[in-house]
Amino acid sequence: MGEVNFSQVMEQNRSFVDKVIEKSGQDIRQCYQCAKCSGGCPGSFAMDYLPNQIIRMLMLGMKEEVLKSQTIWVCMGCNTCTTRCIRDIEVAHVMDTLRQEAIKAGYAEKGRLVTIFNDVFLSTIRSYGRLFEAGLLMMNNMKTGNLFKDAQFGLPMMLKGKAKPFPHRIKGRKEIKNIFEKIKRMEGK
Amino acid sequence: MPKYALYPGCSLETGGIEYGMSSHAVAHALGIEFLEVPDWNCCGASSAHMTDHLLSLALPARVLALAETLPVTEMVAPCAACHQRFAAVEYELSRDEDLKRKVNSLLERPYTGKVKLRSYLDIFANPETLEEIRKKVKRSLKGLKVACYYGCLFVKPPKVVNYVDDPENPQAMDNIMRALGAEPLPWPYKTECCGASLGMTKEEACTKLCNDILKIAKDSGADCIVAACPLCQQNLDMRQISVEKKYGTQYRMPIPFFTQLIGLALGLDPKTLGFKKLFVDPAGVLRKVGAA
Ligand code: SF4
Ligand code: SF4
Repeated sequence: MGEVNFSQVMEQNRSFVDKVIEKSGQDIRQCYQCAKCSGGCPGSFAMDYLPNQIIRMLMLGMKEEVLKSQTIWVCMGCNTCTTRCIRDIEVAHVMDTLRQEAIKAGYAEKGRLVTIFNDVFLSTIRSYGRLFEAGLLMMNNMKTGNLFKDAQFGLPMMLKGKAKPFPHRIKGRKEIKNIFEKIKRMEGK
Repeated sequence: MPKYALYPGCSLETGGIEYGMSSHAVAHALGIEFLEVPDWNCCGASSAHMTDHLLSLALPARVLALAETLPVTEMVAPCAACHQRFAAVEYELSRDEDLKRKVNSLLERPYTGKVKLRSYLDIFANPETLEEIRKKVKRSLKGLKVACYYGCLFVKPPKVVNYVDDPENPQAMDNIMRALGAEPLPWPYKTECCGASLGMTKEEACTKLCNDILKIAKDSGADCIVAACPLCQQNLDMRQISVEKKYGTQYRMPIPFFTQLIGLALGLDPKTLGFKKLFVDPAGVLRKVGAA
């Protein structure tokens, strides 16, 4: 983590904590640091900071450390933390907000594979309205440069009739496209 | 005759095709009617809610709005991950009028909240249907030891999924299995996470989580793990070979969907229930209950 001057950092990043509280709708100031969230977290073994540490770091205004953490990209949104929190904080929701903020702030390097996957996934939805698995896999592998990822599953999936060679296009494709575009305009992206 | 709007989601015709096949066969046998939501779209899954909050609500809200055109009061989504997205729409939009207006401004047809989400497990595990199932069992699953695996998203967090079951030790599937004559084992990994989409982005982590689940189930003496989510099922079934390779183990643990086992007990042909679609050979299970 390196050395951190807390009083300075706290002052500079106070607005960030407020933003996270507002966006997630979760009052993380209520956290007792009981660490129950971390105790049950299935991703903890692969995280650099545990979920309760992330909450604490937020309170301390450590914006960069949090947004650059591995943790927010390891989190798989299983909601165990949210279910168990004694202070009724939806920790998983906070993780969602942090991922979105990390992408916006250009801090998503550690989550590169996740954001590429999400982008490719959403672009297939935007075009067809539904997921097209074979296309998703191929595009994902091309973009990540990991050409043969899961290639061993491709043929068996086909043989079992579990992968379709062509996408299904829904009729309301225009509606879906509108949703994407209106949001883009609303959020000024 | 119970009637529900059905949201198949992207996996019921592809990766989880046996879940789709067995769901329809079993519904038919039990006199449950499914009306597919017309022109449904993908719920956005985790990709939407990791990326944009509004998008994560608008995509599933369009589906719920379309379900409102059907003569039903409830909708089911067999995939737990999809279920969670619809639950989030109901939870968030019923508490925030502004947000609801904003989401509706993105949609062609407004979402009113008239059609309610119902847990897919619950349409089988409610007392009346359980009774119906018990009456119709033709091939009891007696002697079959099953580890019911609920995963995360059907049961957590309880205030959002709005389903009366214990999020740490749920019972719905256990009760169904008991009604079929099978023996649901008490085991500690019922709701542990399988890694979900980490299989795509951080495979080692997913492999470890799957290994833990498979190992505990094996150690508990399970003949199979029963799944209720196509995402979990695919991680445990299709990736089992990679798990075994990585950890030098041999589980050979079949991962049928709970609907496949219901169908088996109702005496339906394993072929129409999609048993051949499973990656790990379920022959041992079929033999044990005299279906092979
Ligand atoms: S469980 Fe809740 S109160 Fe406890 S450390 Fe985690 S966020 Fe804080
Ligand atoms: S939602 Fe994320 S942080 Fe919370 S327990 Fe699951 S993996 Fe851990």
